[in-house]
Amino acid sequence: MSELLTINGLTKRFGGLAAVNAVSFSVAKGEVVGLLGPNGSGKTTVMNMISGHLPPTSGTIALGNETISGLLPNRIALKGVSRTFQLVRGLPSLTVAENVIAALAFGRRRLWGETARREALLRLDEVGLAHRANQLAQQLTYIDQKRMELARALALEPELLLLDEWLAGLNPTELRTGIDLIDTIRKRGVTILMVEHVMDAIRALCGRCVVMNAGRKIADGPTAEALADREVITAYLGEAHA
Amino acid sequence: MSRKLLPAFVFALVVAALAYVPFIAGSYGITLGIGMLGYVTLATAWALFSGPTRYVSLATVAFFGIGAYTVAVFSESMVYPLLLAVAGVIGLAVALVVGLATLRLAGVYFVIFTFGLAELIRQLVTWYEVNVTGTLGRYIFLPVTPEGIYWQLLGLATTAFLISWWIGRSRIGLALKVIGDDEVVASHCGINIARVKLALFTVSSVLITLVGAIQAPRWTYVEPTIAFNPTVSFLTLIMALLGGANRLTGPLLGAVPLFMLFEWLSANFPNHYSIILGLVFIAIVFVLPRGVLAFAEENWRRWRKSGVKNLPAVAE
Repeated sequence: MSELLTINGLTKRFGGLAAVNAVSFSVAKGEVVGLLGPNGSGKTTVMNMISGHLPPTSGTIALGNETISGLLPNRIALKGVSRTFQLVRGLPSLTVAENVIAALAFGRRRLWGETARREALLRLDEVGLAHRANQLAQQLTYIDQKRMELARALALEPELLLLDEWLAGLNPTELRTGIDLIDTIRKRGVTILMVEHVMDAIRALCGRCVVMNAGRKIADGPTAEALADREVITAYLGEAHA
Repeated sequence: MSRKLLPAFVFALVVAALAYVPFIAGSYGITLGIGMLGYVTLATAWALFSGPTRYVSLATVAFFGIGAYTVAVFSESMVYPLLLAVAGVIGLAVALVVGLATLRLAGVYFVIFTFGLAELIRQLVTWYEVNVTGTLGRYIFLPVTPEGIYWQLLGLATTAFLISWWIGRSRIGLALKVIGDDEVVASHCGINIARVKLALFTVSSVLITLVGAIQAPRWTYVEPTIAFNPTVSFLTLIMALLGGANRLTGPLLGAVPLFMLFEWLSANFPNHYSIILGLVFIAIVFVLPRGVLAFAEENWRRWRKSGVKNLPAVAE
């Protein structure tokens, strides 16, 4: 299997705290990998380092054969990594369509004008938001903002998509729709690394899971095995349940 | 077709009408026109960068003064068109250096830096004039008529307006809006934030420098306290804010009435001018924090929705 994302000895220190400590794992092309762990275990920090939002203290991140660690987010985005944010980040003063056009205009294909607009509508249609294209982003409901953010991330035509708790806060029906949506994206050949707490979604989508606790990797393997791991159960539920 | 052409036609008509003004207005009218066009250009150029990025710059007078001083220093050794070109190039160079050094600063730090920059340049020029040339003031004798200055400023204002219009519908305009909303998202969309900001800051600064350069011959005599008067920065800022810095015509709509008001105030209340100026600043920030245009738009929308005519007007 060819590796799309290779992380080696990745470390991030905030002062004396090692939020991420010597984490190594890789993601193969076409895989959907879950990045799990209790709150504060460093999952989002790993995501932030992959997308370039935070520079790593040490260690390397490679996309294919290219090292991307230390590059600015705009360079990494152009190399084929896009993401959603844990706390949804819309562009409030722009319309929903413009939010997507922003990614199209400066992304890998540099679309503009009527072409960009048509493409944006297609992207919005994929996430079921085309009918809101001309509304301001700040008028959207929470779930619709999440959809818009996903459409924006997909508009960058990523090879690697980072989803940071994209399914959090959805009701059961929305969750079903959300899982199906991610599955469609996977079928198009996009590799996905997702931080998630919703177990149903992880079981349905992720073939493999990487589990972190207190900044370290404690398990890495097929989802069922990783979740049954003794150390993983201890991390989530405490000694008594292991 | 005609819908698209109509604004262009109106715009051309207004510029043509303004170009005709010197033929009918007296010398006071031309002086008033020069001042007004100067501030319209300053406010438009300021809003070009500061409107969408929300980086509040108080460096306006630094560039304005650089323009004026360049003309003063070289007025006897160069032909006039070359003077303007040199001023523009110096403004460009300073903008690039300042931009590279400061655009990483965020929020209030940027405001303070730009204010400090204007003061620094003023002190440097003063120091140089006192210690090296041995004289503080300079005379500018150039064969430029007031009408000439008026037409040049009209040309510059038109250029600033057209640049602003073009940016509003170009890719770089969208990049600016995205940056203004959320820099993290902007960079994750592939936008090179530093480059976009630097480009806009430079264009805006060069326009401001040229205003100073073109207006300089009006003074005849300049010294650093005149050319680098910080009030110019504050007036520009408040004009752009009054109209609405995020809209194409906002700075224009702010600059014209405020300039008239300040003219009237300085003529009628010369001793209390600064006090009233301060009060006007405070009033604008409190009553219309997002500008007249946004205010009018919101209330128009609300009025149409509710159908109630006597709705209290709220700016927030």
